[in-house]
Amino acid sequence: MINFDYIKPATQKAAIDALNKDATSQFIAGGTNLVDLMKRGVVSPQKLIDINNLPLKSIEQQKGFIRIGALTLNSDVAEHELIRKKLPLLSQALKAGASPQLRNMATVGGNMMQRTRCPYFYDTTMPCNKRQPGTGCGALKGYNRMHAILGASDKCIAVHPSDMCVALTALDATVVISSRKGDRRIPFADFHRLPGTTPEKDNNLQRGEMITAIEVPDNNEFSKKALYIKIRDRASYAFALISVAAALDIKGNTIQNARLAMGGVAHKPWRLTGAENFLKGKTASLENFNQAAAISMKDAKGYGYNNFKLKLAPNTIVQTLKTV
Amino acid sequence: MAQQKSCSENESLHYARRKFFKQSTLLTALALTPPSLIKAAGDNLDEKASALFEKQSLEIEVNGKKHQLSVEPRVTLLDLLREQLHLTGSKKGCDYGQCGACTVHINGKRVLSCMSLAIMQDGKKITTIEGLAKGDELHPMQQAFIKHDGFQCGYCTPGQIMSAVACINEGHANNEDDIRQNMSGNICRCGAYPNIVDAIMEVKQKGGTI
Repeated sequence: MINFDYIKPATQKAAIDALNKDATSQFIAGGTNLVDLMKRGVVSPQKLIDINNLPLKSIEQQKGFIRIGALTLNSDVAEHELIRKKLPLLSQALKAGASPQLRNMATVGGNMMQRTRCPYFYDTTMPCNKRQPGTGCGALKGYNRMHAILGASDKCIAVHPSDMCVALTALDATVVISSRKGDRRIPFADFHRLPGTTPEKDNNLQRGEMITAIEVPDNNEFSKKALYIKIRDRASYAFALISVAAALDIKGNTIQNARLAMGGVAHKPWRLTGAENFLKGKTASLENFNQAAAISMKDAKGYGYNNFKLKLAPNTIVQTLKTV
Repeated sequence: MAQQKSCSENESLHYARRKFFKQSTLLTALALTPPSLIKAAGDNLDEKASALFEKQSLEIEVNGKKHQLSVEPRVTLLDLLREQLHLTGSKKGCDYGQCGACTVHINGKRVLSCMSLAIMQDGKKITTIEGLAKGDELHPMQQAFIKHDGFQCGYCTPGQIMSAVACINEGHANNEDDIRQNMSGNICRCGAYPNIVDAIMEVKQKGGTI
């Protein structure tokens, strides 16, 4: 690892000021992804700003939503009584991610900021438009078994690796971002980006900004029937091939409202808006679930080794809807 | 001599030698750099060279013993434990957070020491596999691993045991499935998993926090 300077500011203002002052600096929280990337030489910040002194670790019930501080540990969020009771989908998704040791280190904000695990991004001898814009995409015609089937471009077919973010997308969360200019809020679905012609940008966080919290609506109607299913190469501790987050509000046998999002398929957590709209007011039947899955796959495209996802994805959607 | 004086007295000879090699290598590299390049780099060069040497102070408690140390920010907790404190029980398996062999407890929570920067642990309490036994008396989990043959080559075992202790204390060892799920961050290439699960089940059944 290339050496770097290290500071640990006591206040949010000092941390944001330090980030603005030095263009080669980066925040570090849990470090589970950043330290990995630094060891491999994928990124090499000259200064790390440790933000763990900042008071951003609480989970609070507010009116109509639950506010989760950006530095709350993944394990603490997953086990918190309020989250388990009111946002079971989020708790399930967090427990499906990484290992207990990593969940004890990783934070909510860091989980959102984690980079793709595309092997061409990680291997500094390979071309990668995300790591080094303009060098090409090694995965496009390479070994692309883990890669995207939706929303990709000819510049990048990497997927976002998070489970937590799939649940937060389905749950209509809001991201609270602080900077010298004050606070701004953006819908979770607008936080991460599609690759387009600028795959080097994972998300819409601007230089000099800090994620300080996530706000998740605590709609009770979605807390009873919520399920996160993750398909992976082994039973636990592996990234998703496909994952589906589903929450249904059902009265009798009629779906009042549906929330659906998919992971392992795109450069960002993929909300299935078309399927949600289709299911609204419909009966909870296998036929309708199949139809919803077909709608979700309308624009899907395989790149060779990942063609199996074109079947696995709709099957997982149907399986999740049946089980939930 | 100036370099030697700057070393605090409690630093081992081994460490001082390593530091010397690092510094002398860099000084040689600087000496071999063409003058034009040095000129181009301007006045920042001195600042950069000194930054490369910079260490920061760190106070941590490991297995009940307090240590005042100074480390480069890039040193991981695992390397600090193994190379500076000579606690070689925690193992470097993958070094990328994928195998769990380096698992230690920080303030009671199980984490991966290979992915933790030592400098970020200032003021924290670390427990490693060396800190579990009370004198000659093995920790119940260590005894159970021996009884159930929870290892073959033994390389993953310190991480497995640290994780297993945490798994019970977290309340995540209620049945075999629960244990398998919550021990999934510790890989055993010998495949001793069934025996590891048996060992944890036995300790769990005795009850209480361990």
